[in-house]
Amino acid sequence: MRVGQALPDGRVGWYVVFWIGIALAASSHARAQELVVDLSSHLIAISTAFTGTDVVLFGALDGPGDVVVIVRGPENEVVVRRMVPAAGIWVNAESMMFGDVPGFYGVASNRPIENFADDPVLERQGVGVDYLRLDPIDPGDATEAEIASFRDALIRDRQREGLYGADIGQVLFLGDRLFRTHVHFPANIPTGQYTVSALLFRDGQVAAAQTTPLIVSKIGPAAEIFAFAHNSAAAYGLIAIVIAIFSGWLAAVVFRRG
Amino acid sequence: MQVYLPIAEMTVPALLILGMGGLVGFLSGMFGVGGGFLMTPLLIFIGVPPPVAVGTQANQLVAASVSGVLAHWRRGNVDVKMGLVMLAGSAVGTIIGVWLFGMLQRLGQIDLVIGLSYVVFLTTISVLMLIESLRAMLRGRNGAAASRRAKLHHHNWLHGLPFKTRFPKSRLYVSALLPLGIGALGGLMVAIMGIGGGFFLVPMMIYLLGMPASSVAGTSLFQIIFSTAIATFLHAYQNHTVDVLLALILLAGGVIGAQFGTRAASSLKAEHARFLLGLMVLAVGIRLAWDLFTPPVDPFNVTVMSEQMR
Repeated sequence: MRVGQALPDGRVGWYVVFWIGIALAASSHARAQELVVDLSSHLIAISTAFTGTDVVLFGALDGPGDVVVIVRGPENEVVVRRMVPAAGIWVNAESMMFGDVPGFYGVASNRPIENFADDPVLERQGVGVDYLRLDPIDPGDATEAEIASFRDALIRDRQREGLYGADIGQVLFLGDRLFRTHVHFPANIPTGQYTVSALLFRDGQVAAAQTTPLIVSKIGPAAEIFAFAHNSAAAYGLIAIVIAIFSGWLAAVVFRRG
Repeated sequence: MQVYLPIAEMTVPALLILGMGGLVGFLSGMFGVGGGFLMTPLLIFIGVPPPVAVGTQANQLVAASVSGVLAHWRRGNVDVKMGLVMLAGSAVGTIIGVWLFGMLQRLGQIDLVIGLSYVVFLTTISVLMLIESLRAMLRGRNGAAASRRAKLHHHNWLHGLPFKTRFPKSRLYVSALLPLGIGALGGLMVAIMGIGGGFFLVPMMIYLLGMPASSVAGTSLFQIIFSTAIATFLHAYQNHTVDVLLALILLAGGVIGAQFGTRAASSLKAEHARFLLGLMVLAVGIRLAWDLFTPPVDPFNVTVMSEQMR
């Protein structure tokens, strides 16, 4: 069984175990906690056969309310550059650097967010791509409009890559208390520490929140090659050359005899 | 079958990469060029980050050149002395080039420089090649080809340069500065453009040095083995941009293709081969120029800062 595709295969079993667990928790001592969530897996393993995967988030809540799930990937510094035509050739001109840019961002909710929360609340909680906090590291004398155009370009790029959800995903309720949602992770997701947060909205305010970690890491030969290339760069370079010389020679010999 | 590339950090269809390697390998064996000038744009086109495309391509070219040079070696078509002198120059060029590459990457201008150098070199070289090979074909038709061989190089200021050296294999007596300089420019190209530089070296060796066409392909491949090996090491060491898995798949296709290419070359007249190569190089040059002048879909582009760029 390929590791990258392990989740879909085992999902049916997971459901059963999870629903039983959650139903028990919700019925007995979950009074103290208004919101309980967990993931079908806390580790996404990227092997050489990785083509993307789904992670299922399960949860239960105590009493009425709406649920918003936010997935954030590891943060990085990112440069956004604008191209301008110079003598007919398009060249990179102005640039702006953004700090703490999540490498992945997705939101899901059980119904359109504007139906149960106002903009100020969403802005405060950073819910949705529109309210994602992306600030230039050194804005200099850039105007608000300029910053906004660079920020929009960054989001556009991430959406094209499938890393920022273009749409709000769907949280499905089973009955009043149990809910679940699928989060799709494409093949090009960055590795690192992710956080999956669930927010419970009641009367337009966040009544409860829970965050659970998710690790995306490379495993198997791919991870070892990557680590080796970065930690022992000189040896890696030499080995790459030796492999190349050997395979070139091998091919020539094979074809001469053949 | 999908394959995850560990350094490029992306998933690609293995067969596509294998096919690209085979096609480029065939051309490499046929014309004595590394084929990097086709492969690097192809890799970038399928979404491989340009720095990884360049670094990996250097690695792939080591194998393709070893495979290609053995076939020429058996036919005695390698001028080792000439190759070594060019190598000395190209080592310097490669080291400067890799340093320059890192600097341009930090400035965000590497894509533009790669694009511009491709367009300038490819179109210039291809037009020169097309003109020359057409002339050679016309001469051949007039039945005067054989007697012109001796006049291929005219005496000019190049022959007044110091450090004159004998290259017995090629029956040449020229300044060592010439192959050194050609090698240095070739090395720059290896580092910055991710090409072996064969499409540049071959015409230079024919027109500037006046080497016999028979030993040009073998000698340039011989030299390219070393310059691409140096580039591979430096890219792997400084930039971590050599994807061994991608290189292996490319060269599996490439070495097989190169064998067929070398055979096809022996059934092709030299001037015809140069004409075809010229046409192909010109086509790639025009395609890349088109990209430079076409307004981008989105005028903004995004780069994640990696640790070595900070």
